[in-house]
Amino acid sequence: MILEIKEKIVEKILLLIAFSSISILALIAIFIFGEGLPLIWKVGLKAFILGERWVPSQGSFGILPMIIGSFWVTLGALLLGIPLGLACAVFLSEWTPPLAAMFLRPAIQLLAAIPSVIYGFWGLVVLVPLVRNYLGGPGLSILSGSLILGFMILPTIISISEDSLRALPPTYKAGGLALGATHWQTIWRVLVPAARSGIVASIILGMGRAIGETMAMIMILGNAVKIPTSFLDSARTLTTNIGIEMGYASGDHRQALFATGIVLFFIIMILNSLAIFLSRRRTG
Amino acid sequence: MKADLMKFHLSWILIFIAVISSIVGCQRRQAGVTVAGSTSVEPFAELLAEEYMLKHPESHIYVQGGGSTAGIVAVKTHAAHIGMSSRSLMSDEKNLYAVTIAKDAIAIIVHPENPITDLSLPQIQQVFSGMIRNWNEVGGHLRPIVLVTREEGSGTREAFQKMVMEKEEISLEALVQDSNGAIRQVVASDPNAIGFISLGLVNQTVKALKISGVEPNLENIVHGRYRLVRPFLFVFDGKPEGEANSFLEFVLSPEAQGLLQKEGLVTIRP
Repeated sequence: MILEIKEKIVEKILLLIAFSSISILALIAIFIFGEGLPLIWKVGLKAFILGERWVPSQGSFGILPMIIGSFWVTLGALLLGIPLGLACAVFLSEWTPPLAAMFLRPAIQLLAAIPSVIYGFWGLVVLVPLVRNYLGGPGLSILSGSLILGFMILPTIISISEDSLRALPPTYKAGGLALGATHWQTIWRVLVPAARSGIVASIILGMGRAIGETMAMIMILGNAVKIPTSFLDSARTLTTNIGIEMGYASGDHRQALFATGIVLFFIIMILNSLAIFLSRRRTG
Repeated sequence: MKADLMKFHLSWILIFIAVISSIVGCQRRQAGVTVAGSTSVEPFAELLAEEYMLKHPESHIYVQGGGSTAGIVAVKTHAAHIGMSSRSLMSDEKNLYAVTIAKDAIAIIVHPENPITDLSLPQIQQVFSGMIRNWNEVGGHLRPIVLVTREEGSGTREAFQKMVMEKEEISLEALVQDSNGAIRQVVASDPNAIGFISLGLVNQTVKALKISGVEPNLENIVHGRYRLVRPFLFVFDGKPEGEANSFLEFVLSPEAQGLLQKEGLVTIRP
């Protein structure tokens, strides 16, 4: 009897704690919206999202260059991250000898544990001069940013894709092989399509990570507020726009940064819901 | 079995509560003076704070960056005792008490290998507005100019805008970095770059340009020949008192001003 009462109390305490973490999320959302929405009303949603000029000191608040910047950088990161990540996941789940896997898996996890400022610093010191010397431009560019981001999203893509490949019933593989397909044909025609939902979810989560990355991008992208026209141009993403200007922003400028946060909030929410939706549909 | 599970839960909850309460409970008593704000003023304030603490071992001065506006907001909300600003106060900040602690020159910097040593103000204006796009148009190599500027709202950018650009706009193509140090880093590593930073932070990795033949040095600044000069402010909410006041007094003392002068700033009392 006493145990049961204790159980109830513990249950309620846990419930309270669980809700407090959710309520923090709610508080953050309320705060961001409260700070940012007034500016969006004032400027107009269309002028804010499709405006091409960001000059807060003159009252121009258009974040189209940042939306395009985020898009290009993320696309570049995916172009690098998807083939590498998928190949790595297939290798890990199908071919890796146990001894190599023992070494490979922690190494990939470590890739996720490296702080982004280290990625940024490495990119700035090693990658940026390479791009500048061999390809031209300032070096601080979408290309450099995409390369670094591509590596940063690898752990997400690899681990979730590998999990979904491993979760397939062994009969799929046995069936493919029994029909006379080679190992590679089985992987490419049977296993990867069957694990499609998990793989797509991993890519979308990787995208979320890429869009949200700030510190490394501030260091590598150059942060120019112009709509980029080539991969060697400098760009600014939505997150770096907030990160780089919050120190000195006040008044409308500060609100505009929160409004940038609202746009980011929606993009990330859409991506996450998509990932959850896709990973729930188990069979592809 | 169930009791075991129970103990397990309870012990975790106890640990959790202990951790939370230790975080909440030991909210540090505010001892000493917190100085926050402009990243341009920060290194000098740190130097002064060190010196001050040597003399007054019992007191603590905490110096943080964050930016001029962040510093001013911190003072308003009493998160900091002193705000550092590298721009003059805006109209809605005039109720604060501001003291000019020194003046700082802005240097136009290029890569040391750049053959250019001298530009006129109109030339600098045209370069930064994007009208001059190649170094050969101002007598250098045939190479595109890479502009590096500070972010919107920065005190240094604002001062540069007012003193050099006037009505012109800094090109939107310019790379944007969020501190003097970051600009210096980019300019030091890119032979085609040009940027502007606080003169006190110029070192051998970059080259400060003469402006119409006038070298940015103390003598030229004091005599008013080098014009790109702006104030460094300490900002208070009301009259400074206590520890903050004695730090301010130290900063304004001839000794501290001498230190600032050695670091390349222009002192307020000649």
